[in-house]
Amino acid sequence: MKCRKCRQTAAVNMRHHRLALCAGHYITWIQEQTERFIKKYRMFGPDDRVLVAVSGGKDSLALWDVLDVLGYRADGLYIGLGIDGGVDYSNRSRAKVEAFVAERPHLKLTVVDVAEELGAPMPAAADLTNRGKEKPCSVCGMTRRHIMNRAAHDGGYDVLATGHNLDDEAATLLGNTLSWQVGYLARQYPVLPADAGGLARKVKPFFRFYERDTAAYTLVRGIDYMYDECPYSVDANSIYYKEILNRLETDRPGTKLQFFLRFLHAKETSRAFAQAQTDVTLNPCPSCGQPTANPAGPCTFCRTWEQVRERLVTQVGPTL
Amino acid sequence: MTCHAGRDTLSPMSIKIVYRDEEFEVEPGMTIRSAVLKCGLLPEAVLPVVNGKLVTGDYIIQEADAIKLVSVISGG
Repeated sequence: MKCRKCRQTAAVNMRHHRLALCAGHYITWIQEQTERFIKKYRMFGPDDRVLVAVSGGKDSLALWDVLDVLGYRADGLYIGLGIDGGVDYSNRSRAKVEAFVAERPHLKLTVVDVAEELGAPMPAAADLTNRGKEKPCSVCGMTRRHIMNRAAHDGGYDVLATGHNLDDEAATLLGNTLSWQVGYLARQYPVLPADAGGLARKVKPFFRFYERDTAAYTLVRGIDYMYDECPYSVDANSIYYKEILNRLETDRPGTKLQFFLRFLHAKETSRAFAQAQTDVTLNPCPSCGQPTANPAGPCTFCRTWEQVRERLVTQVGPTL
Repeated sequence: MTCHAGRDTLSPMSIKIVYRDEEFEVEPGMTIRSAVLKCGLLPEAVLPVVNGKLVTGDYIIQEADAIKLVSVISGG
């Protein structure tokens, strides 16, 4: 197969776009398309300060690289979760991020260590809570969202960018549709505006790229990333949905893309789910000040971590 | 045409494909996309790297190729 641009041997074939490109033209294509969608969806401008949430995985490192190449003012935020899982997961992830920055010394990285800041690493903390006993993912996700929002707010950033790709979005859409989570469907969009109550503006500049595309970008760009998955993601619903969607995609190229784009089109043109969107009222948390749907008390983050600290004291005494 | 895990089963003409901690064997002359499907994997979920370079699915497997499949699915 030949590159459509230069007729050299292609490195990547995107069947959903009927487009094959060599390594060099593929890199350029990803960067140009990212710029195109940042502008089309008015995610941010050249003067805005962008905080990129980086995990050490392919998507977030690829995103940071592309934003840097495009000349945006993009800093990184890494959240150390303290996950070992028998594979030293968090330490190895952090090492990937730090190696990425070491090759680009002009980039600024902020590291938040959950154990240092909140008193316990994520898996141990989640195990002390009612909602995280079986699996830490729910508590972990909620904690990460809180830390990201606070870091964006405290750092004076205009926007928080995450590396979510189209497979992430399509899998979320499939899961929320199967259970008709109308409130979640109402909020799913590549751009979420800032809220007067303190929610940071959130954008997903890679939402049009397949997961395969972002992985290919890191390979041809020579970006070393964390190949291993979080040890707690085994049997995760999102991965199950991605596998189902990939089965459809193998037989019908473009299925994932159309599934998500037509959802966005329906939201944009028919105001689908608009009522559900307006039903959410946020109030400032009396403890941390971040917005919460709880009308008369602390946010979920504060309640959860207060519970963790109380139970830690009960377990090991008040010195911790 | 064979495609199954296990180092000990590699015949002289077979090519080894590495995917995570598994190894498969296929015969040269087939496309990498066919090989991936024969191994029970989804082409959409892996990227084929042959001799250190990313290739497209129509690449014809050659004798002495070193083939690695990179999983692209992440999340949780």
